[in-house]
Amino acid sequence: METLVLVKAMLLFVPLALAFGLVLPARAWRPLAAVVVGAVVALAAAAGLSAGLLAYGVSFAIMGCVYALLALGLNTQWGYTGHLNFGVAGFFAVGAFTSALVTIEAPTGVAAQYTQMAFGLNMPFLVGVLAAAVVSGVVAFLIAVPVLRLRMDFLAIATIGVAEIIRLIFQNERWLANGPQPLRGIPQPMHCLVEANGCGWAPGWLNGALSVLSPRDYPLFYLVIIAVFVALVYVVIERACRSPWGRMLRAVRDEESSAAMNGKPITYVRIQSFVVGAVIMGIAGALYAHYTVTIDYSHFHALFATFLVWVMLMLGGSGNNRGAIIGGFIVWGVWSGTAFLADAIEPLLALISDDLPRRAAYFRWLLVALLLAGIVLFRPQGLLREEKVVSRYLRD
Amino acid sequence: MSATAGDDETTGAAAGTPAGQVLLEVRGLVRGFDSLRALDGADITVHEGTITGLIGPNGAGKTTLFNVITGFYMAQAGRVVFDGHDITNLPPHRIFRHGLCRTFQIPREHESLSVLENLMLVPTGQQGESLMNAWFRPGAVRRQERANRDKALEVLEFVELSHVRDEYARNLSGGQKKLLELARILMTDPRLVLLDEPGAGVNPTLMQRLTDNIRYLNAERGITFLVIEHDMDMIMSLCDPVIVMSEGRQLMTGPPEVVRRDPRVLEAYLGGQYAVAEG
Repeated sequence: METLVLVKAMLLFVPLALAFGLVLPARAWRPLAAVVVGAVVALAAAAGLSAGLLAYGVSFAIMGCVYALLALGLNTQWGYTGHLNFGVAGFFAVGAFTSALVTIEAPTGVAAQYTQMAFGLNMPFLVGVLAAAVVSGVVAFLIAVPVLRLRMDFLAIATIGVAEIIRLIFQNERWLANGPQPLRGIPQPMHCLVEANGCGWAPGWLNGALSVLSPRDYPLFYLVIIAVFVALVYVVIERACRSPWGRMLRAVRDEESSAAMNGKPITYVRIQSFVVGAVIMGIAGALYAHYTVTIDYSHFHALFATFLVWVMLMLGGSGNNRGAIIGGFIVWGVWSGTAFLADAIEPLLALISDDLPRRAAYFRWLLVALLLAGIVLFRPQGLLREEKVVSRYLRD
Repeated sequence: MSATAGDDETTGAAAGTPAGQVLLEVRGLVRGFDSLRALDGADITVHEGTITGLIGPNGAGKTTLFNVITGFYMAQAGRVVFDGHDITNLPPHRIFRHGLCRTFQIPREHESLSVLENLMLVPTGQQGESLMNAWFRPGAVRRQERANRDKALEVLEFVELSHVRDEYARNLSGGQKKLLELARILMTDPRLVLLDEPGAGVNPTLMQRLTDNIRYLNAERGITFLVIEHDMDMIMSLCDPVIVMSEGRQLMTGPPEVVRRDPRVLEAYLGGQYAVAEG
């Protein structure tokens, strides 16, 4: 029992320390404080929370990380460059299906009659994520060349159309990814660590220490993996944005003609930022697929995978990468919380009309819409506003 | 009609102005919008080292000429030759790299950047503008950023905007934005600068500062200017020669005092009434 708590606490420590590193104020003591607070909270959560509550918290955090990645990708496109991309879901889907097709083992025998799919390369997880990033980037590039001639609302219309096309391709092309049927059995990285026999590649002591975990504790591992991914993407994108590259993006967003007259290659810059954002969205898709194990086209509707992400970025603060991550978690919290609320008001709705309880789910969208209206009216710059100084080299 | 008339009355050289080599040559430029021909075979020559004025009634095609020269609009016919290079219909950023800059009639600052970073944006060949360098060569980027910052601070000193260097550019007054446009030009080493109404909406004191700056840059740094301006006092005191445009073509060109007295110019501005009144 004691070792179980300790092992869980150690796994929880990584994402928690990273999270505190993000939200604590930027002082010299931040890294130390993040480590200490992260350790304390991890121990408390592992020891104090019931297994069910902990599992809920972990699955919540994993989806929060997926959305944080999507919001980071959108922030590069919209926050820094002003691309009104309403096709987030499309790149999310491309990433998810790419990684799935690369990592699943091609079905044989009887299974092949039920599951049709292209590729099926049975490659490791990291190769899948890499492939998702590359394919998503290539798709973004191919779309960017014709579509980025458009601005603002026209770009929004075009991108939402592209995302729908991508979703319909996955819905209808059976040979590609099993058409309307779900694609099952997407492998989970390091899953063997929680299995009875342990991993072949892991040293004996590790397998021994982790033998207290059962397969249903696996999400704890996945949370560590995805939290590390969010941190890496954040560092990489923050480095790019807080440099002359990011300044160039902002300049193009503010006033294209002037940037062109200062020798900046506008089209190239706009395509670059679009592709970089799409690569991040593709990575988010891959990490989502490996978490849920089973995916189908219905996971990639614009409501969940595009507009919720937009609300996240608006709330967190367009143009601020920290804000994008924090907004992702908050809005995902609001969205998850309203599920309980919708359940709670069902009896109330039943009093009004027999028909209404079935529609309680839409009540959640109403609340999200109200949240969005509130942000736009009362805090248009978001929780964390865009920072005035772009280049990090100017801070000293 | 008048395009040919303008040709025999040659530029500053004939009037005794010391003119260098031809820096910008525009030949037979045509650009229409629907049925309107904004540029109708415009021929313009700008000599190195001059501050050339460009005047003409509203709708004469002056700003369109700027837009076509700098690659914002496509020319439908004709050629733009800058310093021996054919730059017709190149994209703006390529034209800029030949050493040709412009300002806009209404200042187009990068509003969400600070004044300092508005200037630091300008230099070309910034290593940090490549993603690979931004990720993997922070040392080189840092050195370049330091150098660009120092240069920007120097330029801000020159145009007397140092006190607002950390302000958002959108918060500047109209006149300060004009100075910022000029400052951006100073961040580069241009051969020719096209100024689109630098004096519009600027108070007399600031106007004096602007013209002083232009004169200084012309004399000390050898920058050639082509200036669109409606303020005749400014044109007459600053520019030589002056090119007059009308209906998408060059009407004439010459030293300011000649242009001022020319009946064709008055006619163009007054739309024929003058000619009728004089008989």
